[in-house]
Amino acid sequence: MTDPTSTSISTLRRILRECRTVAVVGLSPEWHRPSYFAAKYLQEHGYRIIPVNPRACEILGERCYASLLEIPEPVDMVDVFRRTADVLPIAQQAVQIKARCLWQQIGVLNLEADKLVRAAGLDSVMDRCVKIEHARIFGGLHWAGVNTRVISAQRPH
Amino acid sequence: MADHRFQPETLAIHAGQIPDAATGARALPIYQTTSFVFDSADHAASLFNLQTFGNVYSRLSNPTVAALEERVAALEGGRAGLASASGMAAEAITLMTLLQQGDHVVAAGALYGGSVSMLAVNLAKLGIETSFVDAASPDAFAAAMRPNTRAVFAESLGNPSLHVLDIRAIAEVAHAHGVPLIVDNTVPSPFLCNPIELGADIVVHSATKYLAGHGTTLGGVLVESGKFPWDNGKFPGMTDPSPGYHGVKFYETFGDFGFTMRARMETLRVYGAALSPMNAWQILQGVETLPVRMERHCRNALALAQYLREHPRVSWVNYPGLPDHAQHELLARQMRRVDGVPGASGLLAFGVKSSSGDAEGGKRAGARFIEGAQFMSHLANIGDTRTLIIHPASTTHRQLDDAQQLAAGVLPDMVRISVGLEHIDDILWDVDQALAGANA
Repeated sequence: MTDPTSTSISTLRRILRECRTVAVVGLSPEWHRPSYFAAKYLQEHGYRIIPVNPRACEILGERCYASLLEIPEPVDMVDVFRRTADVLPIAQQAVQIKARCLWQQIGVLNLEADKLVRAAGLDSVMDRCVKIEHARIFGGLHWAGVNTRVISAQRPH
Repeated sequence: MADHRFQPETLAIHAGQIPDAATGARALPIYQTTSFVFDSADHAASLFNLQTFGNVYSRLSNPTVAALEERVAALEGGRAGLASASGMAAEAITLMTLLQQGDHVVAAGALYGGSVSMLAVNLAKLGIETSFVDAASPDAFAAAMRPNTRAVFAESLGNPSLHVLDIRAIAEVAHAHGVPLIVDNTVPSPFLCNPIELGADIVVHSATKYLAGHGTTLGGVLVESGKFPWDNGKFPGMTDPSPGYHGVKFYETFGDFGFTMRARMETLRVYGAALSPMNAWQILQGVETLPVRMERHCRNALALAQYLREHPRVSWVNYPGLPDHAQHELLARQMRRVDGVPGASGLLAFGVKSSSGDAEGGKRAGARFIEGAQFMSHLANIGDTRTLIIHPASTTHRQLDDAQQLAAGVLPDMVRISVGLEHIDDILWDVDQALAGANA
């Protein structure tokens, strides 16, 4: 069986180029939490972040929404920082709001949600960090000594 | 489409280095700078908070050094690497990241002398105790494990014992106790052996040896597999907020390269044994040719071992590449094949016959062999292009008495050769003429 988390570099590159508005479900307002790290990183790399967290009003200068369905504008990617067991309804909402991609973070691996969004034509990434994958493919992670697996004779762009 | 899986020959040249973003330079630029400017106050804050990846100061990271780190990590099939000023520094950074006062280590008995000193003297001074056990016995490792054991340390191919470690078996012992197996993979190099594939959790290298290969430059690298479950309750330093780096939880934040990040930000940053960009570049020039060099080292060493075994002035030969070596089968399971046989790297040891046949005679014959060599260099290094020879009983181990030498695997008549890349006929010639003088 192929590893369901083994999305290829070319697919990840396409997803990260196409998706510019990212709803971060479960984004924490605390600076030292991984979700905050990831969202701040995406903001700094030109992405529009929309926090989804019913217990906060504003995070990283962006208004916070209680659920995906309340967001009044188009969302490209739904980035999930929630427990695996909680992902399925988020996946259903991601389809409903016509997102292009459901991204489940490291340790989040809901296969049912994966199946559901794929059937609806969305891209699906599981058990990966959006920040780490962006830095792996577009530069940055390499400086941390990480094996990016990027082999290329092209300048990074 | 799945990502293509590249072979080590390709990784040795390409991994960790794509054309320079700023200039398009194809070869690796040497970023000989201590520091890197921040774009803004906010960018600086993000970098210090580790929220964005980037370079701040070359004691922490440097783009030229990073190319070496990623390349060795790729060659080892690991998740991330961290380079350091020497192989000893890589080992020290690994152990000091992992261990604290009151912890215990189980280590193979016949290790490189520097590693023995680090564990038995330096770490002992800090309240970290090490049990040294028979490297050939997984049961001995298991019997030495204690509730406070936090690491198992061994060499994939022992120096100078040339003992082959059963990596799978020792990894099982370590994992059954919830602790990582650290393997020093200097002697085989990542071209011949990938301990991570066999279950090791962290690999350390003296890059000074085969990785660099030219005998000009010191360096070390540690590589993390990315597979060890640091949240098993035994490593609070990986899971709790870091007092050394303003509350970052390294495993939660960086996942499968959390150990490397912690080693970088808590240990390398503080103790400062960073590799210079110039030295990283020098080492990388060597790494590009690692696969072709290792093949030649193996070929020459096997030919020399076979020659010595038939030589009338040689009493014994230790080279695990010889088919009748006691550990040859294990070697075959763990090493890449070269010319259709298991590659055993370029180190071998042999005994010089003496006229008297006793320990004193052996010691004299060994020393005279060294003095009689014409181009084989008498020095204390391995993994050079040049053939290197040393007589441990009269040099590296001379402060020990005969019994202590025996315990360390050093026999009076023992000569260690790091077989170089010269023509095999010339190596055989120099060995033969030095032997002729040794027991004359």
